Amino acid sequence: MTAPPRLRSEPAIAPIPTRRRRHTDLLRLLPYLRPYQARWITMVVIAFVSLGATIAIPLMTKAVIDGPVEHHDQRGLWVLGTAALGVGVLEAVLWFIRRWLVTRATMGVERDIRKDLYARLQILPMSFHNQWQSGQLLSRIMNDLSTVRRFLSFGLVFLLLNVTQIVVITGILLAMYWPLGVVVLLSIAPITATVLHNQRQFTVLARQAQDQAGVVATGVEESALGLRVIKSFGREDYVYDRFDGQVSELFDIQVRKVRLQARFWTLLEVIPNLTLIIVLGLGAAAVGSGRITLGTLVAFITMMLSLVWPIASLGFLLSMTQESMTAADRVAEIFDAPIDIGDGPLGQPRTGGRLQLSDVGFHFPGGDDEHTDPDDAGWALRHVDLEVAPGETIALVGATGSGKSVLTSLIPRLYDVTEGSIRIDGTDIRELSLPALRSTVATAFEDPTLFSLSVRENLTLGRPDASDEEIAEAIEVAQAQFVHELPFGLDTRIGEQGMSLSGGQRQRLSLARAVLARPKILVLDDTLSALDVHTEALVEEALGRVLHDVTGLVVAHRASTVLLADRVALLEHGTITHVGTHGQLLATVPHYRYLLAADDELDDGASPDPVWDTDDARAELRCGHEVASGAEEACRDCGAGESSETGREVRR
Amino acid sequence: MSTDTQASQADSPTTSPASARPEQRWRGVMSDGKDDLPIDEQRPLRREARALLGSLLAPYKKMVGVLLVAVVIENIARLSVPRLVQVGIDHGVPPLTRDGNAHDLLVVVGALCVIVAVQAISRWFFLRQSGRIGQLALLELRRRVFRHFQRLDVSFHDKYTSGRVVSRSTNDVEAIQEMLENGFDSLITAVLTLLGTSILLVTLDIELGLICLISFPVLVALSIWFRNESSKTYREVRESAALVIVQFVETMTGIKAVQAYRREPRNQEIFEEVAERYRAINERTFRLIAIFMPAVKLVGNIMTGVVLLYGGWRVLHGHMTVGVLAAFLLYLRMFFEPMQDITQFFNTFQSATSALEKLAGVLATGPGIADPATPKQLENVQGAVRFDNVRFGYVEDRPVLPGLDLEIPAGQTVALVGTTGAGKTTIAKLMARFYDPTSGSITLDGTDLRDVDQPQLRRHVVMVTQENFMFEGSVADNIRFGKPTASDAEVRAAAEAVGAHHFIEELPDGYDTSVEKRGGRLSAGQRQLVAFARAFLADPAVLILDEATSSLDIPSERLVQRALETVLADRTALIIAHRLSTVEVADRVLVLEHGQVLEDGAPADLIASDDGRYAALHRAWVSSLA
Repeated sequence: MTAPPRLRSEPAIAPIPTRRRRHTDLLRLLPYLRPYQARWITMVVIAFVSLGATIAIPLMTKAVIDGPVEHHDQRGLWVLGTAALGVGVLEAVLWFIRRWLVTRATMGVERDIRKDLYARLQILPMSFHNQWQSGQLLSRIMNDLSTVRRFLSFGLVFLLLNVTQIVVITGILLAMYWPLGVVVLLSIAPITATVLHNQRQFTVLARQAQDQAGVVATGVEESALGLRVIKSFGREDYVYDRFDGQVSELFDIQVRKVRLQARFWTLLEVIPNLTLIIVLGLGAAAVGSGRITLGTLVAFITMMLSLVWPIASLGFLLSMTQESMTAADRVAEIFDAPIDIGDGPLGQPRTGGRLQLSDVGFHFPGGDDEHTDPDDAGWALRHVDLEVAPGETIALVGATGSGKSVLTSLIPRLYDVTEGSIRIDGTDIRELSLPALRSTVATAFEDPTLFSLSVRENLTLGRPDASDEEIAEAIEVAQAQFVHELPFGLDTRIGEQGMSLSGGQRQRLSLARAVLARPKILVLDDTLSALDVHTEALVEEALGRVLHDVTGLVVAHRASTVLLADRVALLEHGTITHVGTHGQLLATVPHYRYLLAADDELDDGASPDPVWDTDDARAELRCGHEVASGAEEACRDCGAGESSETGREVRR
Repeated sequence: MSTDTQASQADSPTTSPASARPEQRWRGVMSDGKDDLPIDEQRPLRREARALLGSLLAPYKKMVGVLLVAVVIENIARLSVPRLVQVGIDHGVPPLTRDGNAHDLLVVVGALCVIVAVQAISRWFFLRQSGRIGQLALLELRRRVFRHFQRLDVSFHDKYTSGRVVSRSTNDVEAIQEMLENGFDSLITAVLTLLGTSILLVTLDIELGLICLISFPVLVALSIWFRNESSKTYREVRESAALVIVQFVETMTGIKAVQAYRREPRNQEIFEEVAERYRAINERTFRLIAIFMPAVKLVGNIMTGVVLLYGGWRVLHGHMTVGVLAAFLLYLRMFFEPMQDITQFFNTFQSATSALEKLAGVLATGPGIADPATPKQLENVQGAVRFDNVRFGYVEDRPVLPGLDLEIPAGQTVALVGTTGAGKTTIAKLMARFYDPTSGSITLDGTDLRDVDQPQLRRHVVMVTQENFMFEGSVADNIRFGKPTASDAEVRAAAEAVGAHHFIEELPDGYDTSVEKRGGRLSAGQRQLVAFARAFLADPAVLILDEATSSLDIPSERLVQRALETVLADRTALIIAHRLSTVEVADRVLVLEHGQVLEDGAPADLIASDDGRYAALHRAWVSSLA
């Protein structure tokens, strides 16, 4: 098995300069052109040369007619005519070279930014991902990047060419007859005004359109991922109405953009034409008064006609420029998003496995504007203190919403603590590099995610060099033997693009994966919930062996899972209120009893919720007390043996 | 648990693991790649694509006609500007210099002003209206595609993958947007100029004109070559864009696991590969353009050279005047100029056609679960469900249910128990009509499910699974999903009924707290409670709970169970759960194995039997409670 490549450390995007302007972010993407510098510059040069050829061809045909044809010079005709033909061929060849070169250069740029953007998105912390709509990210990595690419390959070059052409032609016009040249020059004022005025509005609309495209993409993605739920409830119409609102909004923005563009592009065509009329009038007057010859006026106007297209096309090119600036802004937003969770300096995984949580507090970032008071709500965890010795296993018990899952995601630093600290072997986990930390800690989540990869690869995520024996062992522990029956065994692709597995199967693979990673600290976040009783018992037995050697943190909803642990920590409203053995807590803490009591009958009124059947509850509670007093050995006996079962039979 | 290996191709191991490319081995093996998709996306669907485009534009037929007139007027105006300027110089200026008579010039200037005004108005009108129609067509396309994907059945989506759905609905639609936005403008302008000038050329000088027309077959041949080549590559472009999106969506959906397991490098490897493929195929299409467009230019330039030489030669020999040659050359330039626009349009058109083909393919795929032409009305649904010799398998010749008979009287709560692969989830999904049986029938109050339309069916039959997808929005929004018209009080009541109210109140903004992406703000247990509240709010006659309580803690489960007892009292329910505590709510337990019912009876009766499977299961469960 080959070692996977390392992530690229830094994207090539330039740092944010001190002065921020409209085009800043687009310029910041220019370093991506560097590997293709030679090609790109050649391309621009060739574009200019071919512009020369494009201008030369009509001049040469004119020269042929005015010269050899006019003067019956047959040899001259052949020479000049062939030359014109040659220039024509040259022009086409130059076009070909330009397009050929630009393809590699700009497609390469697009791919490189895309790769870096993806890498960055993988690094960005969960807090970022929870708050960004997935469609927004998608529209950036697809649409926005191709907008930038189109600008680099086409828009920018033609913007340069057209502006050059306008400047050169205006210069020539000024040289021909400056008073009329000044008129042309003056017409640039309304053009500029139009451009500036348009730019402001267009920028806003372009951004709105691109953002709304992201919203639409999010809607589409949700409807695809949530399809089964939508179908279960028959809510296709509801979801469609929602989507319809989003696309209608997009439509409105686009139509506003169309209107603005229609106005802008029309103006850019009209202004040069109006100037032409003025020049014609004034020029005629100048000819009339004998200040210029008719020939000069004809030449002047012919020249001016070639200004119309470059100016009119500015409309299109500038729209394109605006759009790519906006696209670059949106892309840069992701590169600039803070990586709150970064590598610490220590690259070596920890070997001990002592886990300490001191005064840990956490609240979800964002959305807490109204909760500025630090003692107010909004804290998912507060003042959590816990110490787990190497090799010890702690069960984490708490009601829904007490913060168990949050606590488990703090340890591999999917989130960072808001206050306090978490240490492993005395080292703050923020001092460790993420790979080091995440190879020390392995988590099996409550919602197991499998990737579209072979079973083997899915299992060895945490440890690519695992041997076949070790893999077999992990499968054994997690009772995931079903993988051997898949059509290609361990090589079968699973995940969304492969074979679909049931919830319980996914959980078992997720567990096997965590076990196989051979972490020093194993975190199990209610990993057995979808297993049937038989399988669960088998898994628990095997897990007991595994947990013997590692530090374990096990989120438990059931007594059977709690029994995997040496001690139990009770989490209430984001803080740990009791730590002790299962027996101790069961005996002394009503809330704990309430949480773990097997069923209705066990409820003894300790809960804030109503009591059902007190007689049976008391009977069962007696068993509970016995367990409590006899410590957990007895408890295990009670669990494994038939005693409680027979007791129940008797009761019934 | 059930339906493990429901992915299709499982049974036809036509590709051995070894045949996967070595560096790809860790990606795992499916069967033969192509057949995985429920649509044959390799087949060109050019006609369907055109039909789709036609149907999108059909409602605007009249407006398109008006636009055509506008664009013709605009082009005439545009082309007449230089002509009028020339007239002004030739006929307006001489009288001015002769005797200061500005009349003719003023007439020309006045005419010019009118022409420019006409041009401006028609141009503005055209841009505005054609843009609007383009957007309207796009809106309609988006709606249609979205609707259709929603209509397609679950087994289609199982294979098609969500990433591909996203790709079709976003990336492909946008490829069409490009054509609708700018394409037609340049095409119409170009074609008009082309036609006008070619007529001028032939009338000006037949011999030279015909020589010019020789270039036509060459251009046509070039276009055919380009069309054939590019339609192939563009189809691949669309597909590799889909692969990029599929990989991207998958990573972002599972980002938590990605980070916890240091999955990033491998992901990067996969992504770079698909991104590279996307670049390579794009590069190939651009290379085709890089050949095609200069080739057209070359033909034009060679033609100009030939006309210049031959025409010059004819002038030298007195067969032609200099003036005609000069004019001819001028128009020739005008003739070839729009060719570039046409090739450009052709390119966008090809790209859009590939996208249209993909979408037409999707739209042409009928849902496997279809509504009947004349659906029967369900009135006063009691909830009696009957499976009559139902056979079903996800893969041919591997039946999950080899012929199930089952009768559930209205109002009964039935629990399904059995090992992995016993067919429990399959029964649930058949009952919710996610799939149709291969043979046999399932009836609700005596009406075959296939005779009822789906909106009606889903009003009465609701399934809650362990998936619990959370939509973007607040907790209240997500509960209200069960009944969009529900008032705040109803939402609250539903939450209270399942015991979710307590934790929701403690969230920073209570019911208005955003669940964040995919419910990331909530734990799995909390999501299940919200999903429950959702189902309670929906209030169906038949409720199916597939592992819907697995992540709940005991007090929540107890609350849910209590709620179930009241809620299920007067409705039919099918419960699949590993926690036998949930099963005990049931009136009746079915023990399944290999799609067959092994035991059937009230929980207490089954427990009482000594060697029964359920009794054994129950013993194991009780002992696990410690």
